[in-house]
Amino acid sequence: MVGKSEPLNGTATAKTGQSPSPSPPPATPMSDLLGNFSFKTLKLKTKQQELLIRVSILCLVYVLAFITRLFSVLRYESMIHEFDPYFNYRTTLYLTEKGFYEFWNWFDSESWYPLGRIIGGTLYPGLMVTAAIIYWALRFLSFAVHIREVCVLTAPFFASNTTIVAYFFGKEIWDTGAGLVAAALIAICPGYISRSVAGSYDNEGVAIFALLLTFYLFVKAVNTGSLAWALGSALGYFYMVSAWGGYIFIINLIPLYVLVLLITGRYSMRLYVAYNCTYILGMLLAMQIRFVGFQHVQSGEHMAAMGVFFLMQVFYFLDYVKHLLSDSKMFQAFLRITVTCAVAVGGVALGVGTASGYISPWTGRFYSLLDPTYAKDHIPIIASVSEHQPTAWSSFMFDFHILLFLFPAGLYFCFKRLSDATIFIVMYGLTSMYFAGVMVRLILVATPAVCLISAIAVSATIKNLTQLARAKDKVSQTGSAKGASSTKGSSKGSIDQSQPFQRNGAFALLFGAFYLLSKYATHCTWVTSEAYSSPSIVLAARGAHGNRVIFDDYREAYFWLRQNTPPDAKVMSWWDYGYQITAMGNRTVIVDNNTWNNTHIATVGRAMSSYEDEAYDIMRSLDVDYVLVVFGGVTGYSSDDINKFLWMVRIGGGVFPVIKEPDYLVNGEYRVDKGAAPKMLNCLMYKLSYYRFGEMTTEYGKPPGYDRARGVEIGNKDIKLEYLEEAFTTSNWIVRIYKVKPPNNRW
Amino acid sequence: MEALRSLGQLVIALSIFSHLSLLAYSSSPQDLQILNAERRIDLTSHIVKVFLTLKVENTGTSPVSEVLLAFPPTQVDHLALLKAAITVGKKKKKSYVPLEVNPTELPDAPNGAKSFSISLLNPLNSGETATLEVLYILTHSLEPFPAEISQSESQLVYYRDSAIILSPYYIKQQTTFIRTPSTRVESFTRVESTNRAGSEIKYGPYKDRPAYSYSPIIVHFENNNAFAVVEELVREVEVSHWGNLQITEHYKLAHAGARHKGIFSRVDYQSRPHAGGVSSFKHLLARLPPRVHSVYYRDEIGNISSSHLRTDYLKSDLEIEPRYPLFGGWKATFVIGYGLPLEDFLFESPDGRRYLNFTFGCPLAETVVDKLTVKVVLPEGSKNPSAVVPFSVEQHLETKYSYLDVAGRTVVVLEKRNVVPEHNSHFQVYYTFNPVFMLAEPLMLVSTFFFVFMASVAYLHIDFSICKSS
Repeated sequence: MVGKSEPLNGTATAKTGQSPSPSPPPATPMSDLLGNFSFKTLKLKTKQQELLIRVSILCLVYVLAFITRLFSVLRYESMIHEFDPYFNYRTTLYLTEKGFYEFWNWFDSESWYPLGRIIGGTLYPGLMVTAAIIYWALRFLSFAVHIREVCVLTAPFFASNTTIVAYFFGKEIWDTGAGLVAAALIAICPGYISRSVAGSYDNEGVAIFALLLTFYLFVKAVNTGSLAWALGSALGYFYMVSAWGGYIFIINLIPLYVLVLLITGRYSMRLYVAYNCTYILGMLLAMQIRFVGFQHVQSGEHMAAMGVFFLMQVFYFLDYVKHLLSDSKMFQAFLRITVTCAVAVGGVALGVGTASGYISPWTGRFYSLLDPTYAKDHIPIIASVSEHQPTAWSSFMFDFHILLFLFPAGLYFCFKRLSDATIFIVMYGLTSMYFAGVMVRLILVATPAVCLISAIAVSATIKNLTQLARAKDKVSQTGSAKGASSTKGSSKGSIDQSQPFQRNGAFALLFGAFYLLSKYATHCTWVTSEAYSSPSIVLAARGAHGNRVIFDDYREAYFWLRQNTPPDAKVMSWWDYGYQITAMGNRTVIVDNNTWNNTHIATVGRAMSSYEDEAYDIMRSLDVDYVLVVFGGVTGYSSDDINKFLWMVRIGGGVFPVIKEPDYLVNGEYRVDKGAAPKMLNCLMYKLSYYRFGEMTTEYGKPPGYDRARGVEIGNKDIKLEYLEEAFTTSNWIVRIYKVKPPNNRW
Repeated sequence: MEALRSLGQLVIALSIFSHLSLLAYSSSPQDLQILNAERRIDLTSHIVKVFLTLKVENTGTSPVSEVLLAFPPTQVDHLALLKAAITVGKKKKKSYVPLEVNPTELPDAPNGAKSFSISLLNPLNSGETATLEVLYILTHSLEPFPAEISQSESQLVYYRDSAIILSPYYIKQQTTFIRTPSTRVESFTRVESTNRAGSEIKYGPYKDRPAYSYSPIIVHFENNNAFAVVEELVREVEVSHWGNLQITEHYKLAHAGARHKGIFSRVDYQSRPHAGGVSSFKHLLARLPPRVHSVYYRDEIGNISSSHLRTDYLKSDLEIEPRYPLFGGWKATFVIGYGLPLEDFLFESPDGRRYLNFTFGCPLAETVVDKLTVKVVLPEGSKNPSAVVPFSVEQHLETKYSYLDVAGRTVVVLEKRNVVPEHNSHFQVYYTFNPVFMLAEPLMLVSTFFFVFMASVAYLHIDFSICKSS
């Protein structure tokens, strides 16, 4: 792919060969030819040169976006990362093996035992279908790739495609220069890379592409008023709906944008065509996704779009009436009545719909976006996920770097040249920035907007500076060449004369801009390689001699489960590991990362936080054969189950009031050492994590049973298990698996 | 106990039968007798190796060209390999000449005893003697007892055999030595004149035993060696005429010893390596050919990071560690893959055909393979494949599609059950191949790129014309 720019040159040379020979005599020496090898010898016009450079840059950016995401493959291996991607991988595998209909009708009995899960109706199939189509296409072209390789590389591939969309989007809202800068910025922006490195096979990987594509096509449709672009936008929206639940953002942002245009008096026929077509077709298409279905016309999150749709019709009607009525006074009266009626009808419809239950209220996730404190009080399960936490300032800096400063500058430029398109990008930028502040993971949604707006700032600034620098040049040239220049040059010259040192200043500022941009590139590469390329399944650390130590305990445990337990064994663990156990361990789990049933998760939380005998009854009732806990006390791995334990207590206590959080705390403090609460020291999670840990010396000079993750000596070293027995512990103790004993014979 | 009782019945039946047969066929069919037999049974690993030295004499009148060996049916099922050689020359210039061994049917063999016949190089004339060396290897012949042990216990196994060599001939004098891996022997059947010294048990010498004599014995001893059994091994050897031989081996490994029961405690396993898991094993050694490159070791869920490769110019040692230590009954599946330079293995035969010369067996040391499938993937366009294997295997052909294949590649599939390390001998696959086919795939790629660039040239020209018009 790197050679992509060379062939372009190659074809260009071929073209010169064909074209009539240039004026120099044929006896020109070779060195001369090479010396003169420039665009001039290729006989390209400025426009063609520009095109060539632009295409080359885009190709390079395309390649760059792909290869910068391959750090994880080089550092570790071609593997699926994190938690959710394992589910996606498992479903994709099923899709490629069994075909689409089987996939669509799949009832998965391996998860959520004993409830099971209807996979076809509870997932966004876009990602799996995309990967499967790529896989089938490659197989058709007789490339014997494994589906895992396709899945691993799907996200980087779509990230590359996103850069192309970003280019066109930038071109649409500003100019080609901004487009190119936007493509380059988004290619390496850490905020996006964090979710699209090779192996991060998650919905977001393709969804950001779909999101940006939908927005681009919509803006294009608004700018042109063309039905074709609006149709394209609807299709893009359909793809987005099929790929990610974040489509809610589109279906709310676009109406909001239309509303703003209406309020600011920018209503036009172009807008009418674009919005109506996109909304109606997009809605019909989106309803084909089973997970969305009738929610699209019934749930509260989608009502804004429908309201704006009706408002558009009112506007159109008013326009029509205004056209018929020549009297402005009568029209004013008519306007007042119509608007009042429309609002009243809309309000009544909404009220009746909500009251009758036809329109479902907003979901908790949606509330938690609007009110950051909502989840913490009402839905602990959402608040327990680290990526749902409000964003810290440092992570903004980490993910955006200089874009954070360029963003306001870009907004300034956008406001300076206000158009339908720039209004859109401003709104996109501002809303997504707000959401990024609410939830860490939504930085991802803000990234394209931030990149585009920053690109406008960079492009506009550099353009101005280069113009200044070159204008000065021209002036000095015209001075020497005796008035060969146009009036434009002299007018610029007159401005220049009012500002001394302008040229030097421009050069200095240009240099500064390039310095900043190069710093951005270094930062992005560093962040990608250091922070975002770890698969989190395999942990790596530096040994005492600087060598790399690999902790592969997760896979050790999952593979042990897969090979050495009965195929119908049920494994209970905290829900974080559910997808991994089903995908890698191939065993049935009680709960997994698709947190659709809070009660079931709370039951597991309750079992983990009860005494062993109480927990045993719960586990017996759930048919549990094995219990898996993650424990970091030996290695100092901090995201283990003991550190997550308070969430289990909270979630369990949210449904079963028997579990009370204060029982596990001492003066509001969470501890595991001697001063810990007695319930804490004897609950199942504590026992399973620290079973026989008291005999173990983890660090030189520390007493046995010293927990390295929390830096304390544990409080209960004499743990006896009555109803469970240790079945397997991995080599670094990170995963511990216990077998639930069968009940004792009564006679 | 049940097993013991049934064994006892078997013994009685056998002894009665052997006496009967003695009466019926008092003259041995080929008029041979064994002057001296010495048997050494090596029980130090889970693969039982038996070395048998027979001094055969022709007491009949006509020359004899075949010597028979008899095995009880239980041993025949587990017989992995049977080799015989004849000693030639005197003491100082002694050398062994391998002989052909074939299974035969003896109508008069008692209790379904199976026979193998050794074809001598030169017929044994009347009154002459010959010394035969026989090696046979038994797999799955050590039965763990107790069948389930906990983590700290060591593994005890039964070995069943006869104190007297089962033979269709009259044996004048015989001795059997059994070597156990350690001095810990729980019990062994005592037959008259049985001796135990250290790790060796000696049965005999016994004199003048008639044909088909049998005297069952059981040795119960400690054996903590790695009972590594590959239940299924698929070796795929892909030949690329561009200079590489790619080998992919899919293993299904199991610990076939006494089943692990109860808890597995990591504390015990880590802190007391000798007490906490003596019967388990952790490492395996794979002997790979020299000049091996791009070695990988992975399974269904990814790379396994615990392996070491040491190479020198004679061999490559790949030390692999499964993800977890294997206790009795635990299983692990994994894949080992590596590349080799083609010139070491592919040759041209005098008749113009090419042949691949490669080792057949499993590269893991001291393992039994229950079912071994070797697939030789020949390059696309090769014809008339034929395999030459030094022992009997099942053969058939398949077609495989790999990168950029149109017609598919011919695959020679060789299957064999019960494979031991002694089967690691070379086999050859002959085929004809026209080197022009080597260029097919690069040409396909070149033409694809050519069309892509032509298309982009065309596109650029169209683009230019639009520019001109505007």
